[in-house]
Amino acid sequence: MTISVNGEPVAVPTGTTVSALLKLLDVEPALIAVELDGMVVRREAWSDIPIRSGATLEIVRFVGGG
Amino acid sequence: MEERDRDRYSRQIRFPGIGLSGQQRLLDARVAIVGCGALGSFHATALLRAGVRRLILVDRDYVELNNLQRQWLYNEEDAARARPKVEAAAHHLRRIDSECQPEPVAADLTPGNIAEILDGVQLVLDGTDNFETRYLINEFAVQHSIPWIYGAAVGSYGITMPIVPGSTCCFSCLYPQPPAGIQPTCETAGVVNVLTSAISSFQVSVALQILCERHHEFCITTIDLWSGKLRRVPLSAARLDCEVCGLKRFSHLEGRRRAPISLCGRNAVQIHDRGRSVDLVLLKEHLLPLGEVRANELALRFFVPPYEMTIFQDGRAIVKGTTDVGIARRLYAQYLGS
Repeated sequence: MTISVNGEPVAVPTGTTVSALLKLLDVEPALIAVELDGMVVRREAWSDIPIRSGATLEIVRFVGGG
Repeated sequence: MEERDRDRYSRQIRFPGIGLSGQQRLLDARVAIVGCGALGSFHATALLRAGVRRLILVDRDYVELNNLQRQWLYNEEDAARARPKVEAAAHHLRRIDSECQPEPVAADLTPGNIAEILDGVQLVLDGTDNFETRYLINEFAVQHSIPWIYGAAVGSYGITMPIVPGSTCCFSCLYPQPPAGIQPTCETAGVVNVLTSAISSFQVSVALQILCERHHEFCITTIDLWSGKLRRVPLSAARLDCEVCGLKRFSHLEGRRRAPISLCGRNAVQIHDRGRSVDLVLLKEHLLPLGEVRANELALRFFVPPYEMTIFQDGRAIVKGTTDVGIARRLYAQYLGS
């Protein structure tokens, strides 16, 4: 299925969860927040929620320096 | 408005997004800048030049030579004299505008002093370098319905996000826990100086809009400066189950979330942050370019004269060479990133 990740189309297997997607994209989970169709997905739910086809995901990396 | 001010701000008054009414709002505003390093010193300069004369400046640090690469307000004399940053900032700001009314606070923001320091401010600009203080600011801002603008920068990547209680989600909605393990800091990963002015520019721009009551859609902005990539992410709605803005639980303000810290031995401070396991191998790699490091599987010793830091695998640390808990906390944040 195709989903949108950070504005770009990405092909992923059906039933991919947020956790699985992060592994696929080689994204370090500790630093990020995830929005799925405009709503925040809590870290605890990352392996629970299968992403549906056509979904829009934003993966945002947080840093601490200033 | 004084004639002199009409002249000073003429190029801004003429900008339709601000105008005369906006300019008056800026002149009447009182804004806090927490952290006066690279981000904070740019915030201060920009806001003052825009007409925000009442600035609360919070930072316990002293100016050092290696600050001058990116900390926009300070100079060699400040570094040579090891001036407190807020004092140096106040001095330089008054020379830009003699009517500036800086309120320098040479201290860390803590649960014990935040209410007094931020009393009566309309907006808080983030210039901090650690998550603990950001969570504290977030809770205070939500509790008092004060907007604050998160900003952070390291390497060539930066991020900013406005939090407007009642209108947007809060910081904890999106990022409720600080990152586990060690994180890159400007000390360990370096930073491109103009990344800090770029991120600050976005923060100050939103601040000006909020103060002038002319804001647009709020969003997260991320910048990868070296590659020139900029991204805007719409802010999600506040989480109803967010500890802070949903459930109104202010554990950081109540002091329940600070890593316990105590004096140990004659000239050392221990930080009992056992919650975070530290990859000592990775930490050694990060620290080797910066000083002498000795490590085994259980502990790592890092020499940053006049201090010596011992870090254990469970996140506990002992900082030798000081009895000042603020300095110990600072070093921990500087080298492990928290």
